[in-house]
Amino acid sequence: MANENELLTELTDSEYKYGFTSDIEQEYAPKGLSEDTVRFISQKKNEPEFLLEFRLKAYRHWLTMKDPQWQNVNFPTIDFQDIIYYAAPKKKQELQSLDEVDPELLKTFEKLGIPLSEQKMLAGVAVDAVFDSVSVATTFKDKLAEKGIVFCSFSEAVHSHPELIKKYLGSVVPYTDNFYAALNSAVFSDGSFCYIPKGVRCPMELSTYFRINAKNTGQFERTLIIADDESYVSYLEGCTAPMRDENQLHAAVVELVAHEKAEIKYSTVQNWYPGDKNGVGGIYNFVTKRGICKGISSKISWTQVETGSAITWKYPSVVLQGDNSVGEFYSVAVTNNFQQADTGTKMIHTGKNTRSRIVSKGISAGKSQNSYRGLVKVLKKAENARNFSQCDSLLMGDTCGAHTFPYLEIGNSSSVVEHEATTSKINEDILFYCNQRGISQEDAVALIVNGYCKEVLNQLPMEFAVEAQKLLAISLEGSVG
Amino acid sequence: MILEIKNLCASIDEKEILKGINLTINPGEVHAIMGPNGSGKSTLASVLAGKSDYEVTSGSVTFKNQDLLDLDPEIRAREGLFLSFQYPVEIPGVSTANFLKASVNEVRKHRGLEPYDAMEFLKVMKKELELLEMDKSFLSRSLNEGFSGGEKKRNEIFQMAMLDPVLSILDETDSGLDIDALRIVAEGVNKLRNTERSFLIITHYQRLLDYIVPDFVHVLYQGKIIKTGTKELALELEERGYDWLKSEVPSLEEVQ
Repeated sequence: MANENELLTELTDSEYKYGFTSDIEQEYAPKGLSEDTVRFISQKKNEPEFLLEFRLKAYRHWLTMKDPQWQNVNFPTIDFQDIIYYAAPKKKQELQSLDEVDPELLKTFEKLGIPLSEQKMLAGVAVDAVFDSVSVATTFKDKLAEKGIVFCSFSEAVHSHPELIKKYLGSVVPYTDNFYAALNSAVFSDGSFCYIPKGVRCPMELSTYFRINAKNTGQFERTLIIADDESYVSYLEGCTAPMRDENQLHAAVVELVAHEKAEIKYSTVQNWYPGDKNGVGGIYNFVTKRGICKGISSKISWTQVETGSAITWKYPSVVLQGDNSVGEFYSVAVTNNFQQADTGTKMIHTGKNTRSRIVSKGISAGKSQNSYRGLVKVLKKAENARNFSQCDSLLMGDTCGAHTFPYLEIGNSSSVVEHEATTSKINEDILFYCNQRGISQEDAVALIVNGYCKEVLNQLPMEFAVEAQKLLAISLEGSVG
Repeated sequence: MILEIKNLCASIDEKEILKGINLTINPGEVHAIMGPNGSGKSTLASVLAGKSDYEVTSGSVTFKNQDLLDLDPEIRAREGLFLSFQYPVEIPGVSTANFLKASVNEVRKHRGLEPYDAMEFLKVMKKELELLEMDKSFLSRSLNEGFSGGEKKRNEIFQMAMLDPVLSILDETDSGLDIDALRIVAEGVNKLRNTERSFLIITHYQRLLDYIVPDFVHVLYQGKIIKTGTKELALELEERGYDWLKSEVPSLEEVQ
């Protein structure tokens, strides 16, 4: 197998496609974190008093916390005073339409392939684009408004729907939840907000695009989605960043609330800059995502395709509170070169007859480490709860690692919990078989990986599934042969 | 001629397996290679298909007037060399239809033909399926996953039919097949036989050659072809085993 190793060490000719920076005038907060920084951000955004209070409480709580050490990842200690907590394109003032957006910024989004201008848009996708800290434009807003759907930047929602923000902000992920959630709660800059009224089925995919552009900045976005009774929404987020030598921090919080018989489908295609092939640079992606199935028979489904970031640390979770509610987690996490991923989910069953399903597909290549960490917790009162978990690992070569940490805490004997796990390897034999059928190494890897991930990719909206397939192929380019 | 092997020597992990193979195959000919376990039959198939574990230490192979050893495995395939694997791999999540579409269209592209669209492709596949008495549910199942031994081998022959090769190497396609599967596989091969297509059939037993009648039979022993004959040779081997050849070729013991 010496040969295979040789092939594999030729790793990573693949270049990060999104590694450009845009020359846009930015407005920054002073470097470092203090109460003044928090006040500065709040003031910049002209926030109501309750929000400043929320931020300050979070900040004070954060000061009492230590950054977590339990994850299966390695990185130098982050100097939280060496980060800029707010950066915004300077010209952003009360934009009424796309025409007013800085053309340089629009060019950036065009390069990213985000169809920001409506005429070019993929039919049926509304986009909110967050550039560094500020939401730039939300398309299709009027069309959505007809149905009573609110889809706008978080900052905007603070002013237009303060009562909803006040009611739901921190209701799923309290600022005390964890170190990075507290940090985010103190300094979050912008993000997306979405409210689907009772009985409304959102007629299009809603989509947010995040991009870190400025140097030395952290991105702390906040997303809040509320689906009222018997409503439905499918939401997609995508992320990229320029190539930089230093590591940048991204610590987002996403909160989902599903009321009675409501359904939220949340899909992520995460492609933050992963660092170069020697492990220099890249995004630290420390994200808290959680949804609550509050009402009976509600459903929350997370689908994620994680190909980027130097370190990914996130566990999109569902609290199954309403009886008969359903939680799902479908994940593909790819690591190559020196990337590290510690990702998985938590399914907390508190309601009766609640069901959860976990399908996790890890792919490791290069010298990367890929961990699945998942918790299935069934509380005492959760009669007849059911969980099915499947955690598969695919290894490419023998210098990478795959790890599985499943935690089960079962407090009710009527529950049924199943866990399946497999580890497989893309080996010479499979590749040779494909070659013998006229398929090149690269195409063979793409074919095998897409087959392996099919169950997860099938969960994505059609146009994004195609995108994700391409992304998988690009991420693994050069990882064999 | 399609294939000309001259004095081919190959080794794996420094151990020499093929020790000077000479073989010429002309269009339309069916050659069978027989020999006891460990004689180098499967190595020969792997080396011809381009498996990188093997190192060719000397000799040459000419395929359609090109230096075969100079071509990457996928190019060999696109040029029309097909290997029916002794142990076909399983690829979970990739349907047989999808796999074959990728494969066939690569080959077509190489030959300057338009790739098939989904509808055309389905039509072509269905035609070939009938040839091999296979159910079309085959197409939507993951490639070879959970297939029985017989199904896997039939799938190999099905792929062969789809790819329209000029030289097909069947590496112990008969092993693990019951008599019905054997008959179906053999009939599939026979239907593909014509004046253009050539076959190199590697087998342990004479049984398969009852159905696919070869033009030539070669005996491979300790990395060399020690005897060449016609189909009668296969019958003789069946009857007498391989031991008598050792005495007929006494130098072999010493070579070892």
